[in-house]
Amino acid sequence: MKIEIITPDIKIFDGEVKSVRVPGKKGSFQVLKDHAPIISTLESGPVIMVSLEGVEKIYEISGGVIEVKANKIILLADSVK
Amino acid sequence: MANLKAIRIRITSVKSTRQITSAMKMVSAAKLRKAQDKIVRLRPYAKKLHEILVGLSQSLSDSNVENIYARQSAPEKILVVVITSNRGLCGAFNSNVIKEARRVITDKYYEQYKKGNLKILPIGKKGYDYFRKLNMSMLPERNELLNNLTYDNVSLAAENIMNMFTSKEYDRIELVYNQFKNAAVQNLTNEMFLPVSAETDQTVKATPVDYIYEPGKEEIVTELIPKSLKIHFYQAILDSFVAEHGARMTAMHKATDNATTMIRELTLQYNKARQSTITNQILEVVSGAEALKG
Repeated sequence: MKIEIITPDIKIFDGEVKSVRVPGKKGSFQVLKDHAPIISTLESGPVIMVSLEGVEKIYEISGGVIEVKANKIILLADSVK
Repeated sequence: MANLKAIRIRITSVKSTRQITSAMKMVSAAKLRKAQDKIVRLRPYAKKLHEILVGLSQSLSDSNVENIYARQSAPEKILVVVITSNRGLCGAFNSNVIKEARRVITDKYYEQYKKGNLKILPIGKKGYDYFRKLNMSMLPERNELLNNLTYDNVSLAAENIMNMFTSKEYDRIELVYNQFKNAAVQNLTNEMFLPVSAETDQTVKATPVDYIYEPGKEEIVTELIPKSLKIHFYQAILDSFVAEHGARMTAMHKATDNATTMIRELTLQYNKARQSTITNQILEVVSGAEALKG
């Protein structure tokens, strides 16, 4: 599953992950392989990614929007800490 | 002899000027590259956001989403955002923007200007200085945005401006700035920032995929519109910033070239003068010797 995390200033991350948990507007949710296509706005909070080797990686975002389509995730974050 | 010395002094002075201009040219070239990188990095974000927004708007076209940023009313109170640079020595860059801003004010919004319902928001010291001299009514300048150009800073300023629109402080907000085309060419741009026109872009096809929308289409659209506006604003400032460095680079390149030609001409003059003094001196010596012989 491919994920891209982009902010207006810089591309934060681009690569393969096993799963990712994002702070959705209606509550945090996890995206796994073959997730149904979804567009959701995000609140500020942590984005927790699990890489293929099972290593966790956390980014703190301050809101944004996520699009999941055909195992490709694009996360537009306002800013990332 | 005095002439020789004067030419020598001029050559030195032109040489040091050339050194300065060529250094400035190199600095601008480096800054131009850095700023261009910023635009390139912004592009994927802006593109994706636009895609999502257009896709959503098209599927929403029947239902009416209330868009506070599209309020159409009689243009009574106008805000003109003039984006210039903080520093000079960049050719006609600033004067072009100022000229265009004046044209917008006197052609498009003369009535509002007469009534005193037009204000200017200068971004960049050069525009600020100019309009201050004319005693135009202005909002506090935001020159500092150009010193540290990041999305965070700009989005705050953009939010500020958008609030002025939604609170009906202004009915129309115009942007005047230089759009970057290449290092030598800037496109002078005047566009309406607010109210926004409906997002109807034929180039982006409606997404055929059935998305799940969270929390809902309307909510997403109302959240994304201000975002895309901020991006638009940021893009305008970035564009102007890149164009500034491009303009300065070209101006300094020309100045360096001119200095080089000047040095060549002056050196030629200097050598000619030197030769003729030597000839004169020899003549004097020879004729002096002749006179002594009697």
